Amino acid sequence: MKNQSLLLSALKADRGGQVLLGLLAIAAVAVPVFNLLVPESSFFHLSTYTVTLFGKYLCYGLLAIAVDLVWGYCGILSLGHTAFFALGGYAIGMYLMRQIGPRGVYGDPILPDFMVFLNWKELPWFWEGMNHFPVAMLMVVLVPGLLALGFGWLAFRSRVTGVYLSIMTQALTFALLLAFFRNEMGFGGNNGLTDFKELLGFDLKTPGMRVALFITTVIALAVGYIGCRYVIASRLGRVVQAVRDAEGRTRFIGYKVESYKLWIWVFSAALAGIAGALYVPQVGIINPGEFAPINSIEVVIWVAVGGRGTLYGAVAGAVLVNYAKTWFTAAFPEIWLYALGALFVGATLFLPKGVVGLIPARKVKTA
Amino acid sequence: MSTSPATTGPVGLRTKPTGKRRSTNAPSPDLSHNIILYVEGVTKSFDGFKALNDLSIYIETGELRCIIGPNGAGKTTMMDVITGKTTPDTGSVWFGQTIDLLGLTEPEIAQAGIGRKFQKPTVFPEHSVFENLELAMACDKSVWKILFAKLNALQRERIDEVLGIIGLKDQRFGKAGALSHGQKQWLEIGMLLMQDPLVLLVDEPVAGMTPQETERTAELLVSLAGKHSVVVVEHDMNFVRSIARKVTVLHEGHVLAEGSMDEVQNDPQVKRVYLGE
Repeated sequence: MKNQSLLLSALKADRGGQVLLGLLAIAAVAVPVFNLLVPESSFFHLSTYTVTLFGKYLCYGLLAIAVDLVWGYCGILSLGHTAFFALGGYAIGMYLMRQIGPRGVYGDPILPDFMVFLNWKELPWFWEGMNHFPVAMLMVVLVPGLLALGFGWLAFRSRVTGVYLSIMTQALTFALLLAFFRNEMGFGGNNGLTDFKELLGFDLKTPGMRVALFITTVIALAVGYIGCRYVIASRLGRVVQAVRDAEGRTRFIGYKVESYKLWIWVFSAALAGIAGALYVPQVGIINPGEFAPINSIEVVIWVAVGGRGTLYGAVAGAVLVNYAKTWFTAAFPEIWLYALGALFVGATLFLPKGVVGLIPARKVKTA
Repeated sequence: MSTSPATTGPVGLRTKPTGKRRSTNAPSPDLSHNIILYVEGVTKSFDGFKALNDLSIYIETGELRCIIGPNGAGKTTMMDVITGKTTPDTGSVWFGQTIDLLGLTEPEIAQAGIGRKFQKPTVFPEHSVFENLELAMACDKSVWKILFAKLNALQRERIDEVLGIIGLKDQRFGKAGALSHGQKQWLEIGMLLMQDPLVLLVDEPVAGMTPQETERTAELLVSLAGKHSVVVVEHDMNFVRSIARKVTVLHEGHVLAEGSMDEVQNDPQVKRVYLGE
């Protein structure tokens, strides 16, 4: 009861969060209506392609929240968060591969195509059980969470901080990139996992399923946002921010700083894993390219552009930058990376509080 | 400053501390021998430079001790050793009769009842004054407990009380980063009080303060002794004179002299190395 009131008062004071949750609620209602009920011939019809595109953006939004939680509030600049995102994606990808069953190109009832191609005779042990949806869901959270736990335990206990920690997170994701490229790892090598057919028995290609995935993403983002807002509004949130601002002082007033960092780090990694698991069924493929260090750096740019340390700003940044990316890479594919770099420099120089930092300033002026 | 030791009031034991603290479940030190802190034979060298050289200091329960010494005498290193920031090469540090501080981490030492104020005031600038005190408050500081922690009436009262003691009632909702230098020093002392410590280690509390602020700080520290053991490291000799009952002079990582202010000032060795006479 008491904690419920803490959450309510935190949300009442959080205008950006109210706007975000409001928009998500509208999207959850409007998208099915304009995609499924409005006929395709109508001007108001929302194409299934667009639904999936925005579903993808919202997955990025959830990933951005995870990064903002550790970076904006705890001062841990992670340049490897897509590692957790990709691991969550691989976990659901394994389930989707097992769902294909005998409908693969080689028609093997158990082995996915790439294993038949590699002349493997039996399923590796870590693929066992992944044909069960609950097991796969558990792995979506557990694998990134455990990796973060091991990595964080070693790094935080050794008091690795700042840029050194950032470099280690880059190394982590790069190491995973190289490992997943190898066919021997048993995750499909550089082709990754693809050619998915069904999720829980529903055809992934139907508009209805696309909309269902979109709505699931909206709900996950809303729940993820509220969860993070609760953590930040609790005293734990204040301790974590204290660690960000004066780590030594926090230690000397009796907090085990390592435990706090580890907890928030693991929570964030699990969120990133969930984002990855929502992303893969929508885009239809997961390959080692998702581990590329540049992807993790892009996430940091989304957060910086949107507004660090606000949570809703991270979502705004993820959607805006990716919308721009979609447009740019279609219109001027060569200059996208320059534009991205310029955006980051521009945001750092002129928008230290990000895009959402503009809003209160304007309000004060008009008021 | 014209305050003499006689007018600053008694610093001796008014209420004798037992080592029991009301608000934490950390182990309490055994104070049966009336010594709260034992620093014995501690040596610490950095790249061959001996910052502490066979240092032995004993702090009595409830006393107010001033530690003076020229730069590089090892004052801050001594505090680092006591609070777990630095591990000495040799020697032992005990909290009461039973707690070996060298085996504990910084947060464990803080939880056991040793609070520290740094030379440079370090408060949490983005938090309000109230939140700074709330964070410092003695309680179970494990992650899970803190996630669901709520202030009860007693704790709110205690924060209000400390806000009054440090004179920051009007700034309670303001950001700590916006306070003046002297106010930050007080806030940090307030944070120390919230920890409900048995020992307060205070590093240069009046650096950069106006004379009025210095005077108030002196009053505050004197009033804290008795209930707490207070160890003050300070350069300002007038300030030390105004509060000290017992003074320890450090030189090259070693105790050079110990006694009342007059005694140490008349000590020929002290005159030579510190007072430059």
